[in-house]
Amino acid sequence: MTRIEVLKTYKIYIGGQFPRTESGRYYSPKNKNGQSLANVCLSSRKDFRDAVVAARGAFGGWSAKSAFNRSQILYRIAEMLEGRRAQFVDELIKQSSSAKDAENEINLSIDRLIYYAGWCDKFQQVFSSVNPVASSHFNFSVPEPTGIVAIIAPQNTSLLGLVSVIAPTIAGGNTCVVLASENKPLCSVTFSEVINSSDVPGGVINVLTGKSSELIKYFADHMDVNAVVYCEKDKESQQLIKEKAALNVKRVLLYNSINWEDEEKGQSPYFIIDTQEIKTTWHPIETVGSAKAGY
Amino acid sequence: MIAEKKIAAIPDFSNSPHIDHVGVEERASRFTKRSIKAETKLNGLKLTLNMIDLTTLEGKDTDGKVKQLCYKAQHLHDSYPGLPTVAAVCVYPSMVSVAKKSLEGSAINVASVATAFPSGQASRDVKIRDVKFAVNNGADEVDMVISRGKFLQGEYNFVFDEIAAVKEACGTARLKVILETGELVTYDKVRRASDIAMYAGADFIKTSTGKISPAATMPVTLVMLEAIRDFYYKTGKMIAMKPAGGISKSKAALHYLVMLKETLGDAWMNNHWFRFGASSLANDVLMQLEKERTGVYQSANYFSVD
Repeated sequence: MTRIEVLKTYKIYIGGQFPRTESGRYYSPKNKNGQSLANVCLSSRKDFRDAVVAARGAFGGWSAKSAFNRSQILYRIAEMLEGRRAQFVDELIKQSSSAKDAENEINLSIDRLIYYAGWCDKFQQVFSSVNPVASSHFNFSVPEPTGIVAIIAPQNTSLLGLVSVIAPTIAGGNTCVVLASENKPLCSVTFSEVINSSDVPGGVINVLTGKSSELIKYFADHMDVNAVVYCEKDKESQQLIKEKAALNVKRVLLYNSINWEDEEKGQSPYFIIDTQEIKTTWHPIETVGSAKAGY
Repeated sequence: MIAEKKIAAIPDFSNSPHIDHVGVEERASRFTKRSIKAETKLNGLKLTLNMIDLTTLEGKDTDGKVKQLCYKAQHLHDSYPGLPTVAAVCVYPSMVSVAKKSLEGSAINVASVATAFPSGQASRDVKIRDVKFAVNNGADEVDMVISRGKFLQGEYNFVFDEIAAVKEACGTARLKVILETGELVTYDKVRRASDIAMYAGADFIKTSTGKISPAATMPVTLVMLEAIRDFYYKTGKMIAMKPAGGISKSKAALHYLVMLKETLGDAWMNNHWFRFGASSLANDVLMQLEKERTGVYQSANYFSVD
C-alpha cells in the first residue's frame, strides 16, 4: 500500500504560538516552474496588531536579559538550524534555488547567527563612550534597545535575508514582528519552528506571511512600533513608510541595496546599532584633590 | 426589625433555582460572537467608559494616588473632545474624604468599599461602623462584602440580616453587595447569594472584590443578570449589576454590554444600572477610541499611567 504523505500546514508565529491568520485567508505562491509551493496564511492587519501586542509583552524580559544570555540563545538558534539543514535545503530548492545555492544560503544563515551571537555582549563596549565634559560629572553614553522593530524582510531570499535582519535586531535586545518574503515564504515558517525550540521567549520574534502591499501601512503607522525596516527599492513604499513613521518618530531603516550574501557588507555591528538608542547619563562626582575631576 | 408582612414575601433561599452549568456557559459564549459594526462599537466604547468605577484598592494607596486617580476620572484623555467621564471612583473608606474633595464639582460619585473588605471577617459592629465612617465622609455608594464563610455554612439568615443592617447604615448611599463569586464556586450558590442580597435590600449586586481569582466571568455575570431579571418580574424592582475584576480589554467590555442588553434590555444600559469595576479597562477603551478616530493602532506610551 502506498503511504499518503503528511504535508505541513504553513502557519504564522505570534507570541510563541502557531495560529492561523485570524482572517482565515490564504494565498498560494508559485515557484519558477509555476508549481504551487503551499497554501500560506495571508495575514491581516489584526494579525499584525496581535503580533505587536506579543512583542511589547516580551520586550521587558528580553531586553533585561544579560547580553551574554542573549548571545547563548542566538547561538542556540544556529545549532537548531544546523540540525534542520536538510529541511531548509529542500524548501529552498522547491522555491527555485539550485542545490548549490541552497547549500550556500543555509551555510551563510547559520554563520550569520553565530556572527551576531558573538556581537551580543560586545557591541555595547564598542559603541559606548565616556564623554569629556567641562563640569564635575562622569558623563557616559550607552546604546539601549529601541523597542519593537517591524521588519519587512528582503523579498528575493527566503532564509538568508530573514536571518540577516532578525539577528541584529534581537541581538541588541529588541523584539520584532517580521513579514516574510511574499513569494518565498516557506523557510520563514520553518525558521519559526527553529526559533520555537531555541529558548527564545515567545513574542521576541513574531513571523507573519502575506502581502507587504497590504500590511506596509500598518507596519509604518502603528504607534507602538519603534522602528521599521524595509529592504526593497520601491520608491512609493519608501515614501509611505517615511510619512507614516513620522507619526511617532520611528526609526526608518531602508536596507535597499544590501547584498546579504556578501560577508563584508551583509553583516556588521552597525546593523545592531541601527535599532539602538544612545542614552547619555550625567553622574555628579566630587573634585578630588587639585584635579579637575575624580571618581 | 423587619415587618411581618415583608417576611412573608421573602422566599426560602434554599429553594433558589438551580443553574444549568453547561447551558449558562454555552449561552454566555454566544454573546462573544455577535458582529458589532463600527458605529455601534464607538457608542459601546463610550458607554463603557461612562460605566466604569475607576478603582484603586491597595494597601499602598496614598492621598496622592487617590488624587491622581480622581484627576484621571475627570480628564480621561483631554485631547479627545466630547468624552464622557467615568461613573465613580472606588476607594477604601480611609480615602473617601480625599476622593470627595478631589471630585468636588464633578458629577462623578465616590464609592467606598466597607465591611472589612475584602475578607469581611469582622464583627457586625465593626462592619457597621466601617460603613458609617465611609458614608459620613461623603461616600455616595458603598461596596460591602458578604460573609462567605457563613453563607457556605448555610446560615442564610445571618447573611440576609447583615446585608439589611448595612443597608440601613448606608442611609441614602447606594449599596453594592459583593458576592465574591470566586469563593462561592458553583453557579447555584451564586444564584442563591444573588437572591439573598436582592431581597435584603441591595441596590447593586457585584461579582468580586478583585482580590480573588477567578473574578468576574461572563457565565457568573449572566447568572446574576438572570437573577436580577427574575427579581424584577416578581417584585417590579430594578437592581443594578456590577461585574468587577479581570475585565481589562474593550472587547470583553463590549461582550458584557451585549449580554446586558440581551438579558435585561435597554432600561439597564446606563451607569445607574450597570457598572464595570476596573482600573486598566479605561486606558484600553481610550486606546480603542483613539484608534477608531485616527485609524492608527495606539501605544500605551501616549496614555496616562494607571
